Amino acid sequence: MNAIEAGHLVKRFGAITAVNDVSLTVREGETFGFLGPNGAGKTTTMRMLTGVLTPETGTVLINGIDIHRHPLDAKMQMGVIPESSTVYGDMSAEQNLHLSGKMYGMPRALREKRIDEILSQMGLSDKRRILVRTFSKGMKQRVSIACAIIHRPKVLFLDEPTSGLDVQSRRLVIETIHQMNEQGSTIFLTTHNIEEANTLCQTVCIINKGRIVAQDSPERLRKMFDTTQSVEVSFDRAVTRDLFAGEGILRAEPCGDKWRLYTDNPDAVLKYLVGRAERESLGITSLTTSGPSLEEAFVHLTECA
Amino acid sequence: MMEVPLFLRGILVITGKNMRLYYTKPPVLMFGLLFPLFMFFAFFVGRHLDLVTFFPAFLAMMLFFTASSVGPLITPWEKREKTYERLLSYPVTQDSIILGDVAAGAFFGLGISLLVWIASTVFIPVAITSPGLFALAFILGTLACAALGVLLASPASDSPPNVMIFSNLIRFPLIFISGIFVPLSQMQGWGLTLAYCSPLTYLVDLFNAAMQGTSVFSPLVDCVVLIGVSAGFIIAARIIQKRNLVKGM
Repeated sequence: MNAIEAGHLVKRFGAITAVNDVSLTVREGETFGFLGPNGAGKTTTMRMLTGVLTPETGTVLINGIDIHRHPLDAKMQMGVIPESSTVYGDMSAEQNLHLSGKMYGMPRALREKRIDEILSQMGLSDKRRILVRTFSKGMKQRVSIACAIIHRPKVLFLDEPTSGLDVQSRRLVIETIHQMNEQGSTIFLTTHNIEEANTLCQTVCIINKGRIVAQDSPERLRKMFDTTQSVEVSFDRAVTRDLFAGEGILRAEPCGDKWRLYTDNPDAVLKYLVGRAERESLGITSLTTSGPSLEEAFVHLTECA
Repeated sequence: MMEVPLFLRGILVITGKNMRLYYTKPPVLMFGLLFPLFMFFAFFVGRHLDLVTFFPAFLAMMLFFTASSVGPLITPWEKREKTYERLLSYPVTQDSIILGDVAAGAFFGLGISLLVWIASTVFIPVAITSPGLFALAFILGTLACAALGVLLASPASDSPPNVMIFSNLIRFPLIFISGIFVPLSQMQGWGLTLAYCSPLTYLVDLFNAAMQGTSVFSPLVDCVVLIGVSAGFIIAARIIQKRNLVKGM
């Protein structure tokens, strides 16, 4: 059974068509990444899928329930984590969770048990009675996630869940996504963080200018653009771009204290680098090669469309 | 059919959330409690007016200000804090949100006005000629005023101060044309025509009928008008808020 089925969604804001004939299917238990550059239509699509926005045309089924004909039944199936941590600042973490639990019709005893469990999981047990407005961004996001998963939703929607978070909070969010997925929830993840989509998702869908331009597994998407590979190199002293005017190097880009060289012939590039380093008395401090990246596929797809 | 209990539960939870969050917000205390008291002091105290005669009008004014002060705050506040989107993603509809906001305003108006009435009975010998009509005036009055408050919050704004200013621009003129300071029986010409257009006029009239046994209109007319405007305000709020949502605002 499909957890999410969207057919021919169209949404216009005045003269701008934000989402243009988008159809997608997410299988039950899958982690589905929805990627796109800023303004591509990711959030608008997610708002239509979660019943926040009404599409001009098209249908959305959540576990077989039409969200526009039976919005309440469909919304009972899902948990939503909007882009910014949208929790009530004038309530404590515990009160926010009680409110969420009540919205999903959880009886008080079950709510209290689940709140204890979830606050501990989110590392917020000792701050349960503190007003959320005093929390850091990462802590607010944890409360937001806790509110969305309190009822163990069958489908979990996340809009840029790790955007702007510190490393600890980011790890906790990713761990929670993994955990929810392992427990059987279907995950719909909107992001422009390609690495995140690559590591978390079984299927990735790329949207650009309101249209879906590709949908496949991250591995297959990478292979679609497998002509280019990259070599990352760093030396014991600073070098200029001129050093990389060698055989097989298509493009050289500074990348922190390293240089990333794009090539279709990594063997030739490695030989060139070693020879050149010897001649210039340069010490190579690190050297790595990597295959085609999802980022390359993403850039290619969103630039070409 | 599963949706009806879910819908009702949504209204109940949203009402509770609004009561907890918004009753103590400064704009509600300012425009809902202090303003009507200031108006009372400004117009009634020291002017040798018969407080018993003017009490129904004062009670209507109190109820009007309190019940209509919560609604204008909720939606812009939630939009500014971005909690409105999360609210919509819960198993609720926009209708549940509107009705929850109306209920929160109505309970606020009902509670405060009842307190004022009870406290006033200590100082002023206010009589009630028809307890049934008196209760009806409270219920229909709070409903109509709270619905007006929600309608005033409907324009697409995420700035509570702007919406509060806009709502006061509408609310203040209403108290001057609704037979509160000048009895309806003494009005004529344009003043009287304007008074007929104000829902508050019918509430003042209903309170007069309930407390003094005299009214310009039949209590039935007052009740029908108050029910009609309540429904009209809620429908208008629904249309505007739905349109805003379609536009993504």
